[in-house]
Amino acid sequence: MKYLDEFRDPDIARKILGEIRRVTTRPWVIMEICGGQTHSIIKNGIHQLLPDEIELVHGPGCPVCVTPLELIDRAVAIASKPGVIFTSFGDMLRVPGSRKDLFMVKSEGGDVRVVYSPLDAVKLARDNPDRHVVFFAVGFETTAPNNAMAVWQAHREGLDNFSVLVSHVLVPPAMSALLSSPNNRVQGYLAAGHVCTIMGWEEYEPIVEQFRVPVVVTGFEPVDILEGVLMVVTQLEQGISRVENQYSRAVRREGNMPARDLIRRVFEISDRKWRGIGSIPMSGFKLRAEFAAHDAELLFDAGAIQVDEPEICISGLVLQGLKKPYECPAFGKECTPMTPLGATMVSTEGACAAYHSYHRHQLVPDVTS
Amino acid sequence: MSLPELHTNGSTAPRSLAAENFAQCPLPITGHDTVQLGHGSGGKMTGDLISKLFLWAFENPVLARLDDSAVVSLGDSRLAISTDSFVVDPIFFPGGDIGELAVYGTVNDVAMSGALPVYISLAFILEEGLPLADLKRIVESIRRAAARANVTVVTGDTKVLNHGKGDKIFINTTGIGILEHDYDLSSRNLRPGDQLILSGGLAEHGMAILSRREGLEFETPIRSDTAPLIDLAQITLDVGGDDVRAMRDATRGGLAAVANEFAVASGIGIRLYESEIPVKPPVAGACEFLGFDPLHVANEGKMVVAAAGERAAEILEAIRKHPLGADAAIIGAVTSENAGMVSMQTRIGGWRIVDMMVGEQLPRIC
Repeated sequence: MKYLDEFRDPDIARKILGEIRRVTTRPWVIMEICGGQTHSIIKNGIHQLLPDEIELVHGPGCPVCVTPLELIDRAVAIASKPGVIFTSFGDMLRVPGSRKDLFMVKSEGGDVRVVYSPLDAVKLARDNPDRHVVFFAVGFETTAPNNAMAVWQAHREGLDNFSVLVSHVLVPPAMSALLSSPNNRVQGYLAAGHVCTIMGWEEYEPIVEQFRVPVVVTGFEPVDILEGVLMVVTQLEQGISRVENQYSRAVRREGNMPARDLIRRVFEISDRKWRGIGSIPMSGFKLRAEFAAHDAELLFDAGAIQVDEPEICISGLVLQGLKKPYECPAFGKECTPMTPLGATMVSTEGACAAYHSYHRHQLVPDVTS
Repeated sequence: MSLPELHTNGSTAPRSLAAENFAQCPLPITGHDTVQLGHGSGGKMTGDLISKLFLWAFENPVLARLDDSAVVSLGDSRLAISTDSFVVDPIFFPGGDIGELAVYGTVNDVAMSGALPVYISLAFILEEGLPLADLKRIVESIRRAAARANVTVVTGDTKVLNHGKGDKIFINTTGIGILEHDYDLSSRNLRPGDQLILSGGLAEHGMAILSRREGLEFETPIRSDTAPLIDLAQITLDVGGDDVRAMRDATRGGLAAVANEFAVASGIGIRLYESEIPVKPPVAGACEFLGFDPLHVANEGKMVVAAAGERAAEILEAIRKHPLGADAAIIGAVTSENAGMVSMQTRIGGWRIVDMMVGEQLPRIC
């Protein structure tokens, strides 16, 4: 695959691994912030290949995982209403709410549809003037420009039958919140490459300044991740901390200015609740007041939402890098991808699902050698 | 025999915990009170439905083998029987249509038992309003496919549903073939030391369907691999004979489902080697774009052969001589370790489990 194969090349990976081993003299705890990176690390077995001194802990960067349960319940309630076409990216459909997921709503006759772009949802609204189309606008900064564009477009066309249920969260405030925690173990970050293609890396400079931790903007392929680890470890071993960009083929310091401008016009920064972590100040987006006509939370009375979080689930601690999925007593027992207790098990980018799918058993030494 | 009462409980956490109380009961069918799309995905939810409901209800030694075809004796003949229903959307797609899919899908299942398909049945469920021109095109396609597969349509049925009660056209086909040898091919036969051969690139059918259904355009259009595997199956048996343990076409659930079925049915472990598994670059790119794993995506013209290790290279060479097997490769081996599990050495040298999908593969957010 042109432009991808070199980032999966075993020879290059081996060379970088050798370099990581050479520079590592002490134990280090590094967090990859993005669920896509977690998935790639576990799927490719990268964590097995690193020296024992380097522990990768998995961050809260899975948008499906951190969407609050009450918002899933609200989505379920809205999707169940007659006259509504509820649209979402595919991986939100299986996330369990307190009582049901969106797939169940669909099987009960609700009009729930998977779309590949929020603009497809706008088209649905255009094509179905007698129905109300809701798009579940979930995600980090990566998906924000598209979602902003959908709202902008619908507003410009006067489509009053289109709205978004917003659950946008921002990476840098979560990174700061984790570092501020008295339980923090993170000594360096692999920052989420996709987020940085939009937002650049300027936002990480104050974090590095305040907490003195290396931050390396990192891509998603095995070679990307290994390079990112090498860059973080090199800084740690040298006792320095700065923002570096491993993902230079996609990321510039200032990010994508037109996209950032569009986000700023449609959204404003607000406090957000993160599932499993709690409320983080100024850590998300909400629609600006001028787009209130497209805000599904304001348009729909979803009734009384009674949230029912399973007590046994430790996904919050997993999301904060404080526990590994296999340290949960329910992991692989009560909690599996078929019977997920928390969103970290249901989303393919969730750390629990990644461990369960790819590493729930210790493969016997004969095979792992 | 009466079915046990369905366990009903809507909420996620309590239902999975409560499921323990039903350990001796063939139901609940994990966690759902109603049929979900995932029950038809070919993944774990489908397996759950089959093992906990259908097998429980119809238990018999032939069905219990869970191979692609049932092999039965009738007089002096050994026959292979297989049935399949086709509900694909769109009904015309790059590289094929629902008609040829309905023929090849069923004859391939018959062929995987080592039988030569001879007859098929053809049942249509049509939605009121389907253009007759479309039906004619599909029937023409069936005629061509049956001729290519050398099978005769000997019986059929037609039903029409009210407009809105179906999705244009559903086709059910049943195939019957004759076994002209005594080989016992079954997913239960794999042994440590065997090797796995894959007949070509993965994920072409699934990604062709998806790209057409969702209007996704890729730089290089992806065509379905729909094709009859009868010749490849016969070549495999001609060369491998008794040393061929099992053959499977990797349809719903993809290679991952086939490998897991082999591992569980035979009680062995399977190691796959990612760098050896063929996936054409445009298909790999499309999978990457949508966050799909090609190991889980459906194929309609690819088969997996498990054969004695010492014969695998010879069989591979023969398969490669056929146009449908030109990209065939040895992709894995059978081990005594990790019984019931499929593991894979990743391209960069790590190891991971290859699981079956729970339900449908879902495109990711970012």
